Amino acid sequence: MKSFTQKAIDKYGGNKTRLMDILIAIQSEFGHISRESVSQIATELHMSEVDVEQTISFYHFFTLEKTGKYSIYLNNSVVANMMGREEVAKAFEQEAGIKFGHITPDGLIGLYETSCIGMNDQEPAAIINNQVFTKLTPFRVKEIVRDIKDGKDVNDMFSASYGDGANRNVLVRSVVTNNIRKIGPILDPEYKVGEAIKKIIKLKPEEVIHEIKNSNIRGRGGAGFPTGLKWEFCRNAQGDKRYIFCNADEGEPGTFKDRVILTELPRLLFEGMVVAGYAVGAEEGILYIRYEYKYLEEYLENILQAARDKNYLGNDILGKKGFNFDIRVQFGAGAYVCGEESALIESAEGKRGEPRDRPPFPVEKGYLNQPTVVNNVETLCAVVKVILHGGEWYRSFGTSESTGTKLLSVSGDCKYAGVYEVAWGFSVNDILDMVGANPKKIIAVQVGGPSGSLIAQNEFSRILGYEDLATGGSLIIFDNTHDLLTEVVLNFTEFFIDESCGSCSTCRILPTILKNKLEKILNARGVMKDIDDMEEWGQILKASRCGLGQTAANPILTSIKNFRHLYEEKIQKSKDYDTGFDLSKAVFEACEVTHRLPNI
Amino acid sequence: MNQIVRFTIDGSECMAEKGQYLVDAAKENGIYIPTLCNYTGIKPKGSCRVCTVKVNGRLMTACTTPVSENMDVQNHIPEIDELRKKIIELFFVEGNHFCPACEKGGNCELQALAYRYKIMAPRYPFAFPQREIDATNPKLIKDQNRCILCKRCIRGIQDEKGRTIFAYRKRSSRVEIGIDHKLGKELSDETAMKAMDICPVGALLVREKGFDIPIGERKYDKAPIGSDIEEHNVSSK
Repeated sequence: MKSFTQKAIDKYGGNKTRLMDILIAIQSEFGHISRESVSQIATELHMSEVDVEQTISFYHFFTLEKTGKYSIYLNNSVVANMMGREEVAKAFEQEAGIKFGHITPDGLIGLYETSCIGMNDQEPAAIINNQVFTKLTPFRVKEIVRDIKDGKDVNDMFSASYGDGANRNVLVRSVVTNNIRKIGPILDPEYKVGEAIKKIIKLKPEEVIHEIKNSNIRGRGGAGFPTGLKWEFCRNAQGDKRYIFCNADEGEPGTFKDRVILTELPRLLFEGMVVAGYAVGAEEGILYIRYEYKYLEEYLENILQAARDKNYLGNDILGKKGFNFDIRVQFGAGAYVCGEESALIESAEGKRGEPRDRPPFPVEKGYLNQPTVVNNVETLCAVVKVILHGGEWYRSFGTSESTGTKLLSVSGDCKYAGVYEVAWGFSVNDILDMVGANPKKIIAVQVGGPSGSLIAQNEFSRILGYEDLATGGSLIIFDNTHDLLTEVVLNFTEFFIDESCGSCSTCRILPTILKNKLEKILNARGVMKDIDDMEEWGQILKASRCGLGQTAANPILTSIKNFRHLYEEKIQKSKDYDTGFDLSKAVFEACEVTHRLPNI
Repeated sequence: MNQIVRFTIDGSECMAEKGQYLVDAAKENGIYIPTLCNYTGIKPKGSCRVCTVKVNGRLMTACTTPVSENMDVQNHIPEIDELRKKIIELFFVEGNHFCPACEKGGNCELQALAYRYKIMAPRYPFAFPQREIDATNPKLIKDQNRCILCKRCIRGIQDEKGRTIFAYRKRSSRVEIGIDHKLGKELSDETAMKAMDICPVGALLVREKGFDIPIGERKYDKAPIGSDIEEHNVSSK
């Protein structure tokens, strides 16, 4: 263990900012990071042990205690539950003979829960030793546990054929399916690698930025910041070096479109990073991917190497003197908040993924305090098409406020869950039609994941776009068989509680208080004042540092707004106000002993 | 000489050096913006959110926001005062704060803020969490019951090699402060004292040290927190 740890440290040059990579290597090899390793890392990187542990204990997939030889992480998100997760979880517990959160006495199997793993269109799904198992059934669980007991490698445990497209690639070999249901300019399979690079090297960087600005494209991660402007800020900022980050930490429950791009069109994405690098004057690009997509690592590394061989990456790219750019892959380790751009940068520097205070913004002081652009996977793919066909062409899709197309991740109660590329401006009704959802039975749609809104039928005519329903692209559909408050709102609120970085007081403390109120109502003990309190207190979160904190009450706030009757049905009608203390009950015992009636 | 910028806080004209953090700039103009996680001389972190103000209509933390020309700051307005009160109350229900039994009473910034904001009882239900007292360090006792996770000890205390002695452990509502077992053992009396002083509450206490200053003569016993800053402000009198 000692020499392996040393090798991992040496591989990254004893560089403290590469702590994530060192920890990932050790965790993958030994199933945990031992105290001895912590001590060794601390000594070698000139850190205190408590500081190393600070990073380790932040991430879901790092553990100080041993995990099982086979670690099973079963997704616990809303849609997993809708698709039969409970039976699957029970089967795992039964077959392994342990409860979730434990490992078998022989150390063979560990059962763990985890937040959405980006497989909402093929739930219930689990990650076992970095390999993804989808569409699980109790029967399939029995097979898997039997294979584990036989000592099979996870890669030999698939019973059926592999998924579609590049999921069958020899370096992926996964049962995951893409479920691409509708293609547009981004998902167009006719894409030819390198054309955009050939075009930009004939342009000045400023001209590239101009074209991107001309397209009016805005960030596809959800926040919607104009991409061209971001690039320009970064280009004009003071710094020794500049960095391009691709944010592939797609952690918003219900979102999985970036996974499909990473699988089917990684070359397009990498070309987009090269374009961005050229435009802002960066020489290093970093693809930050969530740990859940670790099964794509070899495949992506291989494609990067092929790009280097063709001089799409490297020095003097395609003969353009001084145009140097390369990309490295950085994995996260299980933290939703790292999808926030400054938290992502912190994480890539080897630290806890805590969002930074702004100003300064990453475009001024980002990775290693240098000007940094952080763009979503989809944004970087779109810019390649903008370069190829022009900003004006791009503006011909969508609405005037929201130009271009958007990839949607659709899941829940519909016939055709999967990825759809549509022009902005589609209404929710249009989408329900398209995905084969029964309009009469659908009662709610979660737009934009937990941080977005839970909307009711009366809003299904609203359109997707920055001017109306802004979204990172996740749509979860619920029909009338669901108890929205228990299945959706409570689940999402618990998600936010688990995923808070814990640094801001508001986001660390308040969601738990709101959850307790919600549970009080669900347990039929609530009163009208509880609903009012939740609405009022939820506003406090607006004072949080980052988007996660600011939206942590959205599941509760938007459901009170749009489904108030569900709350009112559950509260005690006779009481408006709850003292929280019942005097006659409190003195009951004493009264009985003394044979007196309560005098109140 | 640095550039001087003009800005307003609640309508009154202020001047400060460009780039100065709003909290400090306000202080120089005799205006108190309450803080909890902020500590002079340590890089701000904006984690307690108590110094939240409205800058040009947007909620921002004054401890991390540099002043700029024509900034319009709203500080002492009903909306912000109420928000701060709500935030301060959060700390009281999150941990276990029993002021009468705490050595820090009278010197505690959280307690002082509660008095200043006239908090009688928090509006939220108490969580009464099970928290540990860590007495393994030879110099310091860490009481997680009282800790408000402001990171002042993390940010303010390092050894001579720049290694941190305190750090966060875990995330979400499970976050706690850890003291490094190795470096913590070598803590000097001076550093231990500094840690106790940096802590805004009574979460870090130096062993066998206490009640040097009697109750009644402590920092916030005579006048509310912030009044020393406001003393210099003519307009508030």
